[in-house]
Amino acid sequence: MTEPLPKPKRKNPLARTNQPLLPPSSRSRKAHGFTRAAAHGRFMLQRCDECGQYTYPTRDACPNCLSSNLPFRDAPASGTLLSETQIGVTSDPYYRERMPWRAGLVKLDCGPTVVAHLHGDCGGPGSLLTLSLQLDRAGQAVFFGKPLSETPHMEDDRQLRELTADPKHRRILLTDGRSSLAPPLVQALKKAGAAKIFVGIADRWKPFDGRAALEIIEGVELVDLDLTSERSVQDLAKDIGAKVDILINTADHVRQVHLFDAGAAASARDTLDHTLMGLMRLAQAFGPVVRSRGADGVNSAAAWVNVLSVHALSSVPQFGIHSASQAACLSLSQWLRHELRQGGVRLMNAFAGPLDAEWFQTVPPPKLAPKTLADAIVDGLKRGLEDLYVGDVAKDLEARLLDNPKAVEREAGQ
Amino acid sequence: MSSNLLASLASALGGGEVRIVDLTHTLSPDFPVIVMPPELGQSAPFRMERISRYDGGGPAWYWNNLSFGEHTGTHFDAPIHWYTGRDLPLNSVDTLPPADMIAPACVIDRSEQSAKDPDFLFTVSDVAHWEDQHGRIPERSWVLLRTDWSKKSGAAYANLQADGAHTPGPDAEVMRFLVEERGIIGLGTETIGTDAGQAGHFSPPYPAHHYLHGAGRYGLQCLTNLDQLPPTGSLIFAAPLKIQNGSGSPLRVLALVQD
Repeated sequence: MTEPLPKPKRKNPLARTNQPLLPPSSRSRKAHGFTRAAAHGRFMLQRCDECGQYTYPTRDACPNCLSSNLPFRDAPASGTLLSETQIGVTSDPYYRERMPWRAGLVKLDCGPTVVAHLHGDCGGPGSLLTLSLQLDRAGQAVFFGKPLSETPHMEDDRQLRELTADPKHRRILLTDGRSSLAPPLVQALKKAGAAKIFVGIADRWKPFDGRAALEIIEGVELVDLDLTSERSVQDLAKDIGAKVDILINTADHVRQVHLFDAGAAASARDTLDHTLMGLMRLAQAFGPVVRSRGADGVNSAAAWVNVLSVHALSSVPQFGIHSASQAACLSLSQWLRHELRQGGVRLMNAFAGPLDAEWFQTVPPPKLAPKTLADAIVDGLKRGLEDLYVGDVAKDLEARLLDNPKAVEREAGQ
Repeated sequence: MSSNLLASLASALGGGEVRIVDLTHTLSPDFPVIVMPPELGQSAPFRMERISRYDGGGPAWYWNNLSFGEHTGTHFDAPIHWYTGRDLPLNSVDTLPPADMIAPACVIDRSEQSAKDPDFLFTVSDVAHWEDQHGRIPERSWVLLRTDWSKKSGAAYANLQADGAHTPGPDAEVMRFLVEERGIIGLGTETIGTDAGQAGHFSPPYPAHHYLHGAGRYGLQCLTNLDQLPPTGSLIFAAPLKIQNGSGSPLRVLALVQD
């Protein structure tokens, strides 16, 4: 049974902060099929399109029929533990700090046998397990075996926590308290056991109806944060930078302007200042300290979340400037992900369709309830995901882009 | 004998008989700017981003890039700012006659009334009351409306409610009177605009902007230290940046006061 994770004590100011190390990280290009599956929270293996056999490890041709038609396909995620071991000694610096480490051989029900990291609640050989693909601290996919059914405090397992960004006992910064996403996100994070939630508010001098409701929630602290001001972002990082374990950038700026309108350039600049440049300022101020705290105990820095419009992936003309800003944010986000990975901190992009909020008032349904997005973000953190497509519009667009991106482009705005 | 006059002024400044009062707020990112409905264009607040500070971007020097709207912080409104002044000659800050950059001021103190009522309206009777004590407002003078609003900051300064801003300012009649009957050069206020917070509901809307700029006169807003000026006798230096076709600009406003 998993021992519940105790609330971490305040940090000893005389102790040196443990520096982040990474597990071994080289993979073949083909093996990034697993990276993709793990990033999206799917369980996929290579499956021969000719004879239907699943195969592992990664191959260029089917070992059964020699077909080279061997794409990654969703696979049943169940298996039986064949053997297990507690690794006690290793020369690998990352695992050396985390010994003992439990691993085992799992015979998957769909055929192959894999080496998997094991949850502490897994039984011995012969136990039935549920498998998942997880991104480790280096951003590479690994198999993880869990018992078939939930066990108490399951998420507190030491090895699982290395593979997730669970908010429990962690301190969170939400960048935009005025966003309709803020109240449900605060609630979902509290429910997940977050220790503290800093909520950024720009322009305190502008009235804000939701302030009182946020202020009374225990563990919530409103802080001054204006992403359009370098000084504001830097000042907040000086105060709380070393206490932000998960940063969730909820900032957005949606304005409907036609490309040929007078003033469209000014509007675009304004939008980019709030979104792309806002993310840039956040990355500059918070990125270094977040990356340096990737192995800082139970409440180490764990994740950075960017909430993006799914139209980052393909423009929609009615929101052309917004789409362009989101595409730019996605690009910057990928850069930031590369930088944070060196500290073992994961970056999750949550792609959403139009929210059921004021700036998408004229958009027909389906629209995404802020609560649905909030719950999905917290679930994604608990599962250690990297890309999240939330709601019907986002999921549909993702699927159609995989199928035919040109069709998506042509049909946009029709 | 202009040289003697200037020499006397220099001597008076050096000797302290004439002192300089700075009527300007510090330009900072936190200073409130005018807020429009969010779907309309917005004035950019003051922002400063570093180019270098004795570092890799410039080893021996410190400098910044600035960005802000023309109507940010203590600022000047030129006639072209309002539609009523759009066809006038010399209506932008770059064509502003230098002679208009230095002018005497009449300071009308309505701080007590403004403290009691944030929607205090400055009227012709306030002017009449002031003129009874200090004489007729001379032509080409600034009228500076002292409300002590500059002593507030943040939310209290902007005082935005669900039905808009609540800050003191002139009514329509007094603006017509000051422009047409007194020929003032402009109106200066301590609030975010020359108009009252609720002036969008007046007739005409925003009467200070309407009448001042329609007659080629100017506005100064977000002034401070008006409580250090005498009712009459001060001289205002207000030279906006020379921005091509600019509708206004932040500026340093100085007053000369003879004690």
